Amino acid sequence: MDILETLKTLWESSGFHSFLIDGGWKNLIMILISCVLLYLGIKKKFEPLLLVGIAFGCLLVNLSYFTAGDTSDALYHMNLWDNFLDPTHEDYHSYGAIMAHGGLLDILYIGVKAGIYPSLIFMGVGAMTDFGPLISNPKSLLLGAAAQMGVFLAFFGAVCLGFSGNQAASIGIIGGADGPTAIFLTTKLAPELLGPIAIAAYSYMALIPMIQPPLMRLLTTKKEREVKMEQTRVVTKTEKIIFPIIVAMFVILLLPSTAPLVGCLMLGNLWRECGVTERLSDTVQNALMNIVTVFLGISVGATTAADRFLSLETIKIIVLGLTAFAFSTIGGLLVGKIMYKLSGGKINPLIGSAGVSAVPMAARVSQMEGQKANPSNFLLMHAMGPNVAGVIGSAIAAGFLLAVFK
Amino acid sequence: MFDSNFFTAAAENVKEMSIGDAAITAVFGYCVVFCGLIFLMIVLYCTGAYFKSKNEKESAVAEAAKKIAPEAAPEAEKELPLAPGSAGHVKLFDVPDKEAAMIMAIVADKMQKPLNELHFISIKEVK
Repeated sequence: MDILETLKTLWESSGFHSFLIDGGWKNLIMILISCVLLYLGIKKKFEPLLLVGIAFGCLLVNLSYFTAGDTSDALYHMNLWDNFLDPTHEDYHSYGAIMAHGGLLDILYIGVKAGIYPSLIFMGVGAMTDFGPLISNPKSLLLGAAAQMGVFLAFFGAVCLGFSGNQAASIGIIGGADGPTAIFLTTKLAPELLGPIAIAAYSYMALIPMIQPPLMRLLTTKKEREVKMEQTRVVTKTEKIIFPIIVAMFVILLLPSTAPLVGCLMLGNLWRECGVTERLSDTVQNALMNIVTVFLGISVGATTAADRFLSLETIKIIVLGLTAFAFSTIGGLLVGKIMYKLSGGKINPLIGSAGVSAVPMAARVSQMEGQKANPSNFLLMHAMGPNVAGVIGSAIAAGFLLAVFK
Repeated sequence: MFDSNFFTAAAENVKEMSIGDAAITAVFGYCVVFCGLIFLMIVLYCTGAYFKSKNEKESAVAEAAKKIAPEAAPEAEKELPLAPGSAGHVKLFDVPDKEAAMIMAIVADKMQKPLNELHFISIKEVK
């Protein structure tokens, strides 16, 4: 046995060697980025349930996949997914090829690619959401619609910056502040952008308490922020049971492309409200949600391979995502101000910013800002209406973009 | 340094758009979201109105039944003497005593006022 030759082979097959050859330094940068994301998730508690998984997925893929090195042991293979998307390749749309040649993260990623994980997450969200505040005050839907402004402005901005229609639609949906919807739409329209879009969406959702308050104070007067809203009517059990059925029928008939997201959201909610499926509701809210979160986080993180992630486009996506979030907040606040005027000062415009669908973070921010202006102000339940309306609104926006660009 | 070719030539089915088309799509998309949710709002108002009138009818029937057979107020419901320093009684609807105490403590803390300076009239669980 030639010890020197064996050591040389071991060295050349190691990741340390791959750092030194063509483009390997990019992996080092991505490893540093994943450590920063882990820090933000663990120490700063930025959406930790997803961000820790995404960051670790990012770490794993950049430790095991080097463009110039041997990729046979990689956990995730970009080239397999390129072949999957290439209509001229024999492995076009072949999950069999992925199963046969893929690593662990390739196999987990099938759930993202097939749109299973985002839909199952929506099922859990539906089971955890009380739509009562929305049912008791249907005007909230207008705020949920207004807060989709950022989606379409960012879409327009992305086209102006040179992205294709499909890519711009996927970037725009970051403004919906809805991670599963962003992932669902991006895997359908621009899978090559999934990594940066998912990271931008979840990072900005975590940063809502920092992004929204300055805009809220800028666009509203102290008098408007002080408004105490009247208690809404009590919603009966029957109404809560009928609601998911009506919404599913109406929205899916309007935009059939929303069926996976809206269907799962409303099924989860029906299990919660019908009162005879408590076991299922409990499973969807807890066990299933946690399992899917594990798979979703780590497989989305796997899409951040260095040679794809480190690009000028990623920076553009990060900037456009922030713009989308800001304009969604502004859209909700402006319609909130109109409603304040039309209602004779009975509606606090701060609840408009909750129209972005980050549930319940955005509603909590409205509550905190309202209470800062008037300590006896309790806006949380009023803000939950626009907040859950935003979930439906972003699903409709995604359905529209999917219908146009698919 | 940057490998951006992948992004620009990524998928075969990518739709290139002019800025004018993008503007029209954006405005149209925003309108679709508004129209969809306005229609849903109308549906919710209609179902809400139906259930509201149904509940009113049911409560009117219950009220009438109460008037026909007025029952004597139970001894326990009579006004109890107030504790020294108390701001009055609070009526609880489907809220356990412990939760009510917790809610009152949280409200007092958030308002930064002593609990005995606040007068809670009722605490009701919104279902």
